[in-house]
Amino acid sequence: MFNLSDISKSFGRLRAVAPTDLHISAGRTTVLIGPSGCGKSTLLRLMNGLIAPDTGRITFDGEDVTAATAPSLRRRMGYVIQQGGLFPHLTTRQNITLMARHTGWAAADIETRLQSLTDLTRFPRDALARYPAELSGGQRQRVSLMRALMLDPDALLLDEPLGALDPMVRYELQTELAEIFRTLGKTVVLVTHDLFEAAHFSKDIVLLRDGAVEQRTSMQMLLAEPASPFVEKFVGAQRGLTQAPEL
Amino acid sequence: MKNIFVALALLLATSGVTAFSLTASAQDITVGSKKFTESVILGEILKFAVSGDGVAANHRRDLGGTRVLWSALLKGDIDIYPEYTGTIRQELLKGTDTHTLPLLRAALAKQGIRMSAPLGFNNTYAIGVKKETAARYGLTKISDLRRYAEFSLGFSNEFLDRGDGWPSLQTTYRLPQRDVRGLDHDLAYRGLESGAIDGIDVYTTDAEIAYYDLFLLEDDQRHFPTYDAVILYRADLADRAPKAVASLTRLEGTIDEVRMSAMNGAVKLDKRAEAVIAAEFVISRLQISATAIEIGFAARLWKSTRDHLVLVLISLGAAILFAVPLGILAAGHARLGQLILGIVGIVQTIPSLALFVFMIPLLGIGGPPAIVALFLYSLLPIVRNTHAGLRGIDPGILESAAAIGLEPRASLRIVELPLAMRSIMAGIKTSAVINVGTATLGALIGAGGYGQPILTGIRLDNTALILEGAIPAAILALAVQGMFELAERAVVPRGLRLKSVG
Ligand SMILES: Nc1ncnc2c1ncn2[C@@H]1O[C@H](COP(=O)(O)OP(=O)(O)OP(=O)(O)O)[C@@H](O)[C@H]1O
Ligand SMILES: [Mg+2]
Repeated sequence: MFNLSDISKSFGRLRAVAPTDLHISAGRTTVLIGPSGCGKSTLLRLMNGLIAPDTGRITFDGEDVTAATAPSLRRRMGYVIQQGGLFPHLTTRQNITLMARHTGWAAADIETRLQSLTDLTRFPRDALARYPAELSGGQRQRVSLMRALMLDPDALLLDEPLGALDPMVRYELQTELAEIFRTLGKTVVLVTHDLFEAAHFSKDIVLLRDGAVEQRTSMQMLLAEPASPFVEKFVGAQRGLTQAPEL
Repeated sequence: MKNIFVALALLLATSGVTAFSLTASAQDITVGSKKFTESVILGEILKFAVSGDGVAANHRRDLGGTRVLWSALLKGDIDIYPEYTGTIRQELLKGTDTHTLPLLRAALAKQGIRMSAPLGFNNTYAIGVKKETAARYGLTKISDLRRYAEFSLGFSNEFLDRGDGWPSLQTTYRLPQRDVRGLDHDLAYRGLESGAIDGIDVYTTDAEIAYYDLFLLEDDQRHFPTYDAVILYRADLADRAPKAVASLTRLEGTIDEVRMSAMNGAVKLDKRAEAVIAAEFVISRLQISATAIEIGFAARLWKSTRDHLVLVLISLGAAILFAVPLGILAAGHARLGQLILGIVGIVQTIPSLALFVFMIPLLGIGGPPAIVALFLYSLLPIVRNTHAGLRGIDPGILESAAAIGLEPRASLRIVELPLAMRSIMAGIKTSAVINVGTATLGALIGAGGYGQPILTGIRLDNTALILEGAIPAAILALAVQGMFELAERAVVPRGLRLKSVG
């Protein structure tokens, strides 16, 4: 679905993405993982053309992602930014249906689609009239997801969709989202820095380091056969987090 | 939002039409006068003198200084105004040889301007003493002062500083007085009356000369330049209204210092209207019928209000329509943005009178130059707040807008402008309040408005008249602010007024 060949991106002297190849297959979930600042968000922005690579080529469904094609291609990829990015001046309903209204959908079609999305994400319908500031963190994430799904895109790019949530809600949503992705059968690229969350969503985990792919495999293999001391350290640190200190 | 712009555009169109219908028709003669009482009285006299026989004259009074009147005369916005030969020589035609009247006439003619013969009085500086003092010490001329070194003198600060003032007067006459103080002109008269000082500087047509019964010492060494009052008028007036020019010449030599200061006194001390005094003069001296039309309080207030509203609505409306897009442009392009903000900021620092005078050759006097100046002054707060409002939007929001596939223009309209609206409205409110206040200065170039009574009130030391302009101006400022606060409620999205629950 996505094909990135030999792409790199620097901000001034800082190299956020080193020359890298990455292929994302259609119809399944791929997880990008790695320590803070390793270039996960930058990769997603490159994929949907929000920023242009310094070198290399990116295609989506066979089409080149360029400044000219990006705006229309973006309507075929839902994107949820790290902080949710809901428009504070619009109600939940307006946030979700904005692009459908902008591209001239019929009102009835919009209602039907909205109904199926609220069903899918189990979002309370009476909260549709509320503004983002009047929603809980978990509800906001569901709204961001519904907005990304509104136009029924071929692919979904999710940047730490559960990052800001407390562990209980987070676990609940992880399960729900994984279920949703399975039902939809869409191409999903999901960013997280939590290895166990990654394993929850996919067997295809891309571990990034300093803007380049360090190892790509399942969690079991990352544990069993780390490709480098860095991978071993990253996995070890994540494990340590889940183990209670010995008293 | 679109509706607001449509409404504004309509408002502009209608008030624009009103503004132009207010300007005088082509056959009329326009008289101008400066913002001091003598000039206004002479302006009224000129108005009565030239009108009649199907020619209507109007009088733009209280204009803000020599430069404003001169530029307006050259431009043709006024046809006639009273001036002084000293001012023409030293300010208007500086650097040209004009030391005789024929030379002065020739220099003016080159600019298409004609000058009448002197009206009969010389309004220059003089040294005044009490009549008793003059009698007791046998004083008749300034050189007599040389004998009384112990005299104390009180001069206006301007007189102490001027080139033809005290320093050179002392040299010319070799005057020995050491006790010389700077005083406010009005206080100087009272000081003289009480005996605290023995001599002061006066204008030879000051009303107070008669009131305090002063004796003016003769300038026997011809130190002070002459400021003979004359009438300046456009050469083309002779073709357009030959009768009017003929009646102007009838005024020559009819007003001496005593008569002029009596008329000044009738206005300044007896608080009578300039028009009434002027009418009395033309009836008795020129045998012309003249009626002073006294405008009542309500009519006056209505006229100032209408003029003021026209100034504010057009200039502010245009500023909003222009400054918001400019702010958007500035927010979108960092370099260009700095340039735009810089230029708009510089415009703000130009003193208003300078800006007015600069625009008279292009736009004349009255509403249009005032509106352009107000428009320019209204830009900065709106441009700056639009820029700041747009630049202050959370980058994540902008990214989301682009990521869901909104084109840049749609993102601006649907997401960015609504989010910046609170800041934009704050800028508009600031502009509006500044605009209402600054519009009072429009009176300096004949644009009318609440500045007119304020200006006249200051000139006549009439507090009631000052308040007649100041109070409505303050009320209008509050009303405009309130109106925009209501508008703000309509255009700032409700979601932005909520506090997050977590
Ligand atoms: N617009 C930008 N300008 C300058 N530097 C940037 C910009 N965007 C990202 N960077 C830098 O590029 C590097 C990669 O950033 P990126 O946001 O992709 O990291 P990340 O993996 O998403 O990190 P996190 O897990 O903290 O979100 C970082 O060092 C970041 O500071
Ligand atoms: Mg990130």
